[in-house]
Amino acid sequence: MATESSQHEGHPEVGHVVPVRILLVTGMGLLALTLLTVWAASFDVGNLNIWIALGIAVVKGTLVVMFFMHLRYDRPFHGIVFVTSLAFVALFISFALTDTTEYAGNLDPGDAPKVVEKLNVLGE
Amino acid sequence: MTTTASTTHDHPDFLAHHWDTPKQQFEAGKLGMWLFLATEVLLFGGLFVGYAVWRGNHPELFKFGSQYLDTTMGAINTVVLILSSLTMAWAVTCAQRGNRKGLIIGLLLTLAGAGGFLGIKYVEYSHKFNEGWFPGAYFYDKPSDRSRTWDDNLPVPGAGQLVVPVPDTEARSIEELGLPADILVEISTVVPPGQGPSGLEELALTDTVHTDDHAEHEMHALQREDRPANAHMFFNIYFMMTGLHGLHVLGGVGVMIWLLIGAVKGRFNEKYFTPVDLGGLYWHIVDLIWIFLFPLFYLI
Repeated sequence: MATESSQHEGHPEVGHVVPVRILLVTGMGLLALTLLTVWAASFDVGNLNIWIALGIAVVKGTLVVMFFMHLRYDRPFHGIVFVTSLAFVALFISFALTDTTEYAGNLDPGDAPKVVEKLNVLGE
Repeated sequence: MTTTASTTHDHPDFLAHHWDTPKQQFEAGKLGMWLFLATEVLLFGGLFVGYAVWRGNHPELFKFGSQYLDTTMGAINTVVLILSSLTMAWAVTCAQRGNRKGLIIGLLLTLAGAGGFLGIKYVEYSHKFNEGWFPGAYFYDKPSDRSRTWDDNLPVPGAGQLVVPVPDTEARSIEELGLPADILVEISTVVPPGQGPSGLEELALTDTVHTDDHAEHEMHALQREDRPANAHMFFNIYFMMTGLHGLHVLGGVGVMIWLLIGAVKGRFNEKYFTPVDLGGLYWHIVDLIWIFLFPLFYLI
């Protein structure tokens, strides 16, 4: 009867048991990456900083999702659901940012868009 | 009546009547949870878009505001949340193996992590509130706080000098402030600029009456010199994103307590651990979101 579960020894009827050893290794990896990202932030490499930080965060997130959340052993469809939501967020961000970069040149540093000037123009 | 699964499986207590098999019940619950997690990603996704657009427009505001977040506190909170995720994952493994004692210990440790996270967040938030770093229009410190600071720190005004209380305003020039036109106000820094973007308490207005010099006396007093206008925008998005995340942690505390009660009552075993598994998934997504919030706010 339990045809799908025959691939692992002592596999339960439902779900997948992740051994404590793998959980510990994952946790240690996450802690090490946290140290790494704090350390990396102490160097100023300009625009690269945020990409390094986000890259490390993506690796950490992948570890959490794959091992703590069992997605590595889970039904692929759950992964499809999850990755689809991430893809839509990425789409949302990238489209919004194309608009932002379009207008970035018109902005005063530290200030809201040129509200005062616009009001003056309208008043004249 | 039912000739399908119920002939081969007995119908255990935990199996709701509308499911044929425990496996069917488990898989449906798990799929439902992943769909919910997807909506959570989209919920926070909207805020991440706001973050990206604001930071894209005004990176200097984020660089400035980030100085006032305590990286050590943020890093400790990251470690606390990762450890609580680890204990939660361990609790799930215990539940799947029918280890009730391990499950209870795991849930208690996870709860401790959640409490620790919220405690540190409370310390961080109250520090910001004390400094007047509220979001939006409430960004500046309160008048009562200001006068107290003045009493403590400022020299007694001499003859011909008048300490003018700064109204609760965002005005950046004398005209905007609406002081009488025949009094020119000379602004001088009495207390050297200290820390904090709120700026007001360390600056004061001393008034000397001039009639000759009608030059513009820009009201620098309302701003620390290097503080960008709209510095509060950083705190808007900071409080919104960490606040929503904090509410999720609070919700997680509720879930843990509910699971703990169930575990103590012996509701879970190696055949039935779905609530523990799904509660764990929720807790991990809260951890996952913090993994992104931490570098985006604290490590700029």
